[in-house]
Amino acid sequence: MNSDTNKISVPSFSQIRARLKNYTMIFALLLIWIVFGFLNQNFFSARNLSNLFRQMSIIGFLAIGMVPIIVTGNIDLSVGSVTGFVSALAAYFQVYVFADMFPALLPGASPATILLFSALSTIILSLLVGYLIGCLHGYIVAYLGIPAFIVTLAGMIVFRGGVLGVTGGENVGPVNDAFKFVAQGYIPIPIGYILAIIAVALIVYQQIRRQMNRQRFGLERDSIQRILFVSLGSSLLILLYTWTMSQYRGIQNPVLILFIVATLMTYVSNNTRLGRYSYAIGGNREAAQLSGINTKKTIFYIFSLMGLMSGIAGVILAGYVGSATPLAGNQYELDTIAACVLGGTSLMGGEGTILGTLVGALITASLINGMSLMNLDIFWQYMAKGIVLVVAVYIDVLSKRGAKS
Amino acid sequence: MQENLILDIQKINKSFPGVRALKDATFSVQRGSVHGICGENGAGKSTLMKILSGVYLKDEYTGVIQFDGKELRLKENAIHEAKELGIDIVYQELALVPKMTVGENIFLGKEPTHAGRIDWSSLYSRTQEILQRYSLDINPQAVIETLSVGKQQLVEIAKACAGKTKLLILDEPTSALSEKEIKILMNTVKTLKSNGITCIYITHKLEEVFEITDTVTILRDGAVVTTKPTSEYTNETLISYMVGREMTERFPKRDPKLGDVVLRVEKFTVQDPHNPKKHSSHDATFDVRKGEIFGIAGLMGSGRTELIRALYGEYGTKLSGNVFINGKIKPIKSAQDAMKSGMFLVPEDRKTEGLILQQSILKNITIPSLDIFSSFFRIDKYKELKTAQTYAKKMAVKAPSLYVKASTLSGGNQQKVVLAKALLSDPQVLILDDPTRGIDVGAKYEIYKQMVELTNEGMSIIMISSSLEEILGMSDRIMVISEGKVITVLDSGEANQEIIMHHAVGAS
Repeated sequence: MNSDTNKISVPSFSQIRARLKNYTMIFALLLIWIVFGFLNQNFFSARNLSNLFRQMSIIGFLAIGMVPIIVTGNIDLSVGSVTGFVSALAAYFQVYVFADMFPALLPGASPATILLFSALSTIILSLLVGYLIGCLHGYIVAYLGIPAFIVTLAGMIVFRGGVLGVTGGENVGPVNDAFKFVAQGYIPIPIGYILAIIAVALIVYQQIRRQMNRQRFGLERDSIQRILFVSLGSSLLILLYTWTMSQYRGIQNPVLILFIVATLMTYVSNNTRLGRYSYAIGGNREAAQLSGINTKKTIFYIFSLMGLMSGIAGVILAGYVGSATPLAGNQYELDTIAACVLGGTSLMGGEGTILGTLVGALITASLINGMSLMNLDIFWQYMAKGIVLVVAVYIDVLSKRGAKS
Repeated sequence: MQENLILDIQKINKSFPGVRALKDATFSVQRGSVHGICGENGAGKSTLMKILSGVYLKDEYTGVIQFDGKELRLKENAIHEAKELGIDIVYQELALVPKMTVGENIFLGKEPTHAGRIDWSSLYSRTQEILQRYSLDINPQAVIETLSVGKQQLVEIAKACAGKTKLLILDEPTSALSEKEIKILMNTVKTLKSNGITCIYITHKLEEVFEITDTVTILRDGAVVTTKPTSEYTNETLISYMVGREMTERFPKRDPKLGDVVLRVEKFTVQDPHNPKKHSSHDATFDVRKGEIFGIAGLMGSGRTELIRALYGEYGTKLSGNVFINGKIKPIKSAQDAMKSGMFLVPEDRKTEGLILQQSILKNITIPSLDIFSSFFRIDKYKELKTAQTYAKKMAVKAPSLYVKASTLSGGNQQKVVLAKALLSDPQVLILDDPTRGIDVGAKYEIYKQMVELTNEGMSIIMISSSLEEILGMSDRIMVISEGKVITVLDSGEANQEIIMHHAVGAS
């Protein structure tokens, strides 16, 4: 076992193809960036890149929640409406409830304290609402046995109604500055660098621990190339990103939160029972059931996590727009599913990664961003997104066909 | 070919990788007769029928088949061609569209049309005619799923006979039916015969053989043992023709030390989820002792798998009965409950039920036991890997590494992975459903050896098997099941192939 890891061998063509396949979407992303970079010199400006990443963060949160859903062989069509509903509720509470409640509750407190309390309460309430909606969907899908497609289609309609009900069909706003800060603010540049250095240190520490563990358990250590590639590569990416954003105003708050949530969720999917069980259920539900996995409970948890992610997306959306609109979150479910598919998540279940899906979300966000920079009409954006989705799945189909023969 | 023969089969050979499914099979069928085909599980009956009905093509087997005076050469679109020639088959599993009516099903794909539209009145009146011809009391406009399983089976037969069928093959048509429904089916077969349609009737049930067949061909290990008029057989000769073979396989020696009763099942009755009128298990009572290998024998469709699945909480609705483990009553409602009570099931079909094929060997082995490696939320991956390696080694899984996908392994190695997974979960009672099906002799022997070792360590094993040799070679006691009922429990000393088969075919 593991005997051939250190052998120097020339990889065969099929091996090269298999390796390349893992990076297909990264190449596609780079290609899109290069094309837009040529077409418009502003594309690579720090300001535009900063906007680009901020724009992808909302779909990013939803996609992180959607991966385990699709991995278990389910789907959630309600995430757009739920995000909209949470954002509407957040704006409503900011404007009509907390704005009066906290000054009355805390007489003599400074205006800044009141803003902070109002923002924190709104965030907690939003996350709770999102989470509970996820639990409701999960309960119906897992324990009442109604297909996820139907349950979440109904959820999509119900919560779109909810958005209209809360907003009364009009814009509700503005939300206060402390609340906006979560979505619109930046990490001060020096702190950004400190965080980046901490992240790099953690990566290095993780690598060292991994090698020590492998040695302790009698496994061969990873090759030097691999260690360098993984730790140097990811460290460089983090530092490059921090540096680029520092050319503008610094790391965007929502992107930092997205990075943390994505790391946590990757950990959950690789290193916890919940993660393992999801992949097992998606891979073969019958075998998972016979192996004593509580498939219902697992699916319930997965949906509740999706709800929590929709809650976060709702907070970011409300803060980003500064108010709630009746169309908030419209069609986000489709962008989210597209991001998952682009990122290699199989709609058949059993396969998919958080990281891949974020690359997928970045691809769609880049297309939209690049095309609006070029002042192309909005209809082109829709068409381009649709075509890219079909092409991406076709590549996937082709590579699977290639692997079989 | 003589005029009175409808089918003449000469020296048919068919091989699958590692197995010769048919060896020089030769026999002929009289026009207008009901011709029975009997044989043990795996004797080659189904393969033969698949050749006749066009599932396997002419160039996939050797030998000559004469049908109705002409040589049968089925190539592309063979299933359709076989139907055109007049050969039709009714499988054990129903092939009707459940949401459509009886008439729509019978005329599916050949609807009578009038000016481009379906002529419904003609369709239903012709359906009525067909149903009357075979004296079937079924409403042509009834929707299939509202009918009982027995009536659906009859519709299927009517559908087959609606065309120009000359030879109808019935593959164990009664396995899903209640006794009343079986009677009606028998009468229908007799009506078919009087209408001049030849039937090939595959069954294990001796009662049915003697009631309706004129001639019986017996297959054993892919070869025809004999073909004789039914009147020349008795229960005993028929059984001995089916099983009469030397023990060829080798089994490891063991010296069983049986302890107390570990598992006790009392008056266990389960409703069949596919046919609510039927019990998939009826009043089953048995016990299994510590360190014992408890064999369960029964023909396909006897309800052996269903019984085990129901015990495991994963089949049908329990109507009555109790399960005791170490004397304590255990209400088992799911695989989880069963595992907590100390059982583990290695299911019949490792590919669709036992393994997650796209995942690594490692993940497959540890998935039921992740709790042991987890502290708080985190799975200790190194501990997981080490443990999985130990068990993979114990089961002698052959693979380049544990990170290889389960789908890339051979059948025998896949089964060893499933067994490693079972052992890691450390059950008191290990249930093996046909554990050596479709795997090579070497891997079989390794699995037997492992079973011996486990029972020596005090584990109890329940083994279902299609192979009588395996049941006799490995078990301490043998329970024979037929039609969901426990017929008898034999000590291995008093059992032989004839006795088991005698009980399994319901001859007692």
